[in-house]
Amino acid sequence: MTETVDPSEIAKFEAMAAEWWDPNGKFKPLHMMNPVRLDYITRQIAGEYDRDLSAAKPFEGLRIVDIGCGGGLLCEPMARLGAEVVGVDAAERNIPVARLHAEQSELEIDYRHTTAEALAAENELFDVVINMEVVEHVASPLAYLKACQALLKPSGLHLCSTINRNPKSFAMAIVGAEWVMRWLPKGTHEWSKFITPDELFDLLRQAGLEPVDRKGYVFNPVSWTWKISDRDLSVNYVTAAIKPEAAAWA
Amino acid sequence: MDNPARGRIFAGMEHDCDILIVGGGLNGPALALAAATAGLKSIVIDALPEAARTQEDFDGRGYALALSSVRMLDNLGLWERLEPNAQPMREIKVTDGRVGDAQVFLGLHFDSAEIEEGPMGQMVEDRYLRRALLEAMEANPHVDQRAGETVIAQHTGPGGISVTLASGETLRARLLVGADGRQSGTAARAGIRRTGWGYGQTALVCAIAHDAPHHGVAHQFFMPPGPLAILPLPGNRSSIVWSETDAQARAINALPDEDYLEVLRPRFGDFLGEISLAGKRFVYPLNLTLANSFIAERLALVGDAAHGMHPIAGQGLNAGLRDVAALADVLSHAQRRGEDIASPLVLARYQQWRRFDTASLAAATDLFNRLFSNDNALLRLGRDLGMAAINAVPGLRRGFIREAAGITGDLPELMRD
Repeated sequence: MTETVDPSEIAKFEAMAAEWWDPNGKFKPLHMMNPVRLDYITRQIAGEYDRDLSAAKPFEGLRIVDIGCGGGLLCEPMARLGAEVVGVDAAERNIPVARLHAEQSELEIDYRHTTAEALAAENELFDVVINMEVVEHVASPLAYLKACQALLKPSGLHLCSTINRNPKSFAMAIVGAEWVMRWLPKGTHEWSKFITPDELFDLLRQAGLEPVDRKGYVFNPVSWTWKISDRDLSVNYVTAAIKPEAAAWA
Repeated sequence: MDNPARGRIFAGMEHDCDILIVGGGLNGPALALAAATAGLKSIVIDALPEAARTQEDFDGRGYALALSSVRMLDNLGLWERLEPNAQPMREIKVTDGRVGDAQVFLGLHFDSAEIEEGPMGQMVEDRYLRRALLEAMEANPHVDQRAGETVIAQHTGPGGISVTLASGETLRARLLVGADGRQSGTAARAGIRRTGWGYGQTALVCAIAHDAPHHGVAHQFFMPPGPLAILPLPGNRSSIVWSETDAQARAINALPDEDYLEVLRPRFGDFLGEISLAGKRFVYPLNLTLANSFIAERLALVGDAAHGMHPIAGQGLNAGLRDVAALADVLSHAQRRGEDIASPLVLARYQQWRRFDTASLAAATDLFNRLFSNDNALLRLGRDLGMAAINAVPGLRRGFIREAAGITGDLPELMRD
């Protein structure tokens, strides 16, 4: 473990790990959000690496790491699309859960109990770093993003999502999701750790990444589904950034 | 860090295909072809031997394909083959009548000239549709078939679902689809129960040859014993769906052809001149059956296996094809995202899309039938006024035409223009 993972945060997720793959269990909100997350991730990767998503294994030959992989909700789709996938999680208990499920799904995924920083220290390199809903949980976002940057090959793709910081996100992510809907255990999020899109773009640049895109994830309470929005980044949002070819940090 | 899963070859059973489809009627093959467009491989299991499904002669059965269904068949590359033998339906006339009364068109009149999308539907004979589907399946490298085979068991495991055939063969796939009709064994084996009720009515179905041309006009006569639909086939022929009370239908069906026609004539009227039989006669007891769930673990139901409805407006096959298009849509998106196509969340999207639609359509056709199969004077007056009102308002009428053409609501990709 390194200094950027807040130990109290890990304990909270360990308590939740066993239920990862129950679509109606505690991770229902992630399962509901997963289609739009995957739409964004797959389209960005396909665009960046010129892949045809209607082909059989479109991500063949790509090495992808998912930081904070949890039960493997994103690793499994990436492996199914043909990528060589490494899933890392700082919560040890998630790893056997994810491995067991990958085996049941007949997928080969390299799950490791480690952190982005430790992986970077091992000189592992990837074409894509998937970094979803993690940055708001780490002790030092900049140190963490620098580690993610170090994991990328030159011109590699960094996909990062988090939660905006404003009164609406407080109402939706904390009052709504944790207190009212009980989608997430109370205390899952600390609102003061949320990051605005502009702040995240600044942090990405400081970490040596060039932001290229940002979109919102918007929940529609009538159809009970999530949609990708170009304009509404007021609560959940996602960004894409590229590591410059001649990055001094590489 | 070491990972024991790395480099390991899984000893799990291989999948024989992505989707096992039970039922080789119309919806099953359509699903296999639709799934193939997304790169998904299917095996279609049908109880009938292949020879029984490829008869050359016209047997009297036909379908009123809504415009949405026609578009779907076009997107699957089948319409080109079907079109030379199809009859466009340019108008639908709905009339409230009594047996023996002169048929006076005071009722509803829907004319496809009022909407820019073209004819609101096409009449296609059963034999052409079956043959087109079979030929397309044979030519498609993503579709395999098992003819003359029945499923005797199905078993769900963590990574897939398997079925055992009567011949002893076991097939394994990610998803099992029941397209095996109202008495779906696939649904029963998964423990899916059904809700249903009979109408006390039976449909007599046959093809009629007539002297005068029909000009592409479909007729729906609402009469106290039940509705009579006259649907235009190519040439001077029409397909009829003639509903009577169960007892009456049994009696009529027992009659020789000439007497059968004698009973039909006062109902049919003489607006198409002299009539004669142009194929075999069929009887179908009318009942509504709705599966309590359209999905189970690694399983989805389409068509009559999900919802057998009153064929009053020819909506049975059209609703089935809509299931197929919606399921193919959901599966193809899941496949492109790398999701497990049979995960509970993926299947829930299909169920959410289709179950409400079908339940409301089944309820509407049921209500429509109950309202019109009645000789109560007040009800007759009320529905005549209602039909006149719909007729008088072009916007409302166009709405009904689009609804009949199946081009309203949340359309699956395959049914879009």
